[in-house]
Amino acid sequence: MNSPLDSTVLFQIGPVPITQAIVTTWAIMAILVIGAFALTRRLDLRPTRRQAALELMVATLDTQITETTGAAPAPYRGFIGTLFLFILVANWSSLVPGVDPPTAQLETDAALAVLVFLSVIWFGIRAGGVGGWLKTFAAPNPVMIPLNILQNLTRVFSMFVRLFGNVMSGVFVIGIVASLAGLLVPIPLMALDLLTGLVQAYIFAVLAMVFITSAVEDGARTPPNTDLAPSPTKKDS
Amino acid sequence: MDYAPLASIFCAAFAVAFGAIGPALAEGRAVAAAMDAIARQPDAANTISRTLFVGLAMIETTAIYCLVIALLLLFANPLLA
Repeated sequence: MNSPLDSTVLFQIGPVPITQAIVTTWAIMAILVIGAFALTRRLDLRPTRRQAALELMVATLDTQITETTGAAPAPYRGFIGTLFLFILVANWSSLVPGVDPPTAQLETDAALAVLVFLSVIWFGIRAGGVGGWLKTFAAPNPVMIPLNILQNLTRVFSMFVRLFGNVMSGVFVIGIVASLAGLLVPIPLMALDLLTGLVQAYIFAVLAMVFITSAVEDGARTPPNTDLAPSPTKKDS
Repeated sequence: MDYAPLASIFCAAFAVAFGAIGPALAEGRAVAAAMDAIARQPDAANTISRTLFVGLAMIETTAIYCLVIALLLLFANPLLA
């Protein structure tokens, strides 16, 4: 049985090995970009059926973002929406025969988590400036600086391990069952895998949103009087 | 006889088995509390279920960590290399 931690190298471009996950990722990216371009090319005030479906998706996304953050969804729509759609399509790409979801590889999930990490920094700096963002590390009092830095790193790590573990275990279980039993036996597990894929994409997007919001709110807030008795530390993973 | 492969297989099984107990109990409690809250206040079902999902994901992470440890023991064990 292949180790889920390894990746299959298909071919090499110069010194760079191209794995199966990279090919799938680029295919998904091409499908999403071309699909988005083709679907939004002819927008009208009186929507066609296709445009109405797209608007429904965007409106649902906006509602979720507003309910999670309590802020206007416009600055986050692009990033969070793309993150959600990409992970969803990547998780469900296991439906295509012969395709392994790229999110079942460590590298893809690590890249997504790093994106979230960088965007937290970016949105935090944009909301409160560099000084305001750096001040959030000393949030209740300066003693917490190492813990806050550690928290920023570990929550990204846990996002990445969560997505990887969930998707990979689904693929792995289906592989084991398919090698043990016949043709149609893994189908209920695949249905469960679809649900897991949707929930994980949703959770990844919501968690990214929550982290960005906490950075933005902490950065924008006027710092309270820290000389007084330190307030109890905020519980937040 | 070399005991390292045997020990790592047993430890992988133990990691998954005991690592699943805590999150299972915790998720059961979380879902029960959320059901209770939704039954008392059906209007807030959207907010409650969204928070529930995020919380469940957090809880589940501990089990996933155990799974990753088990996979490391089985497939990327430095002692067996």
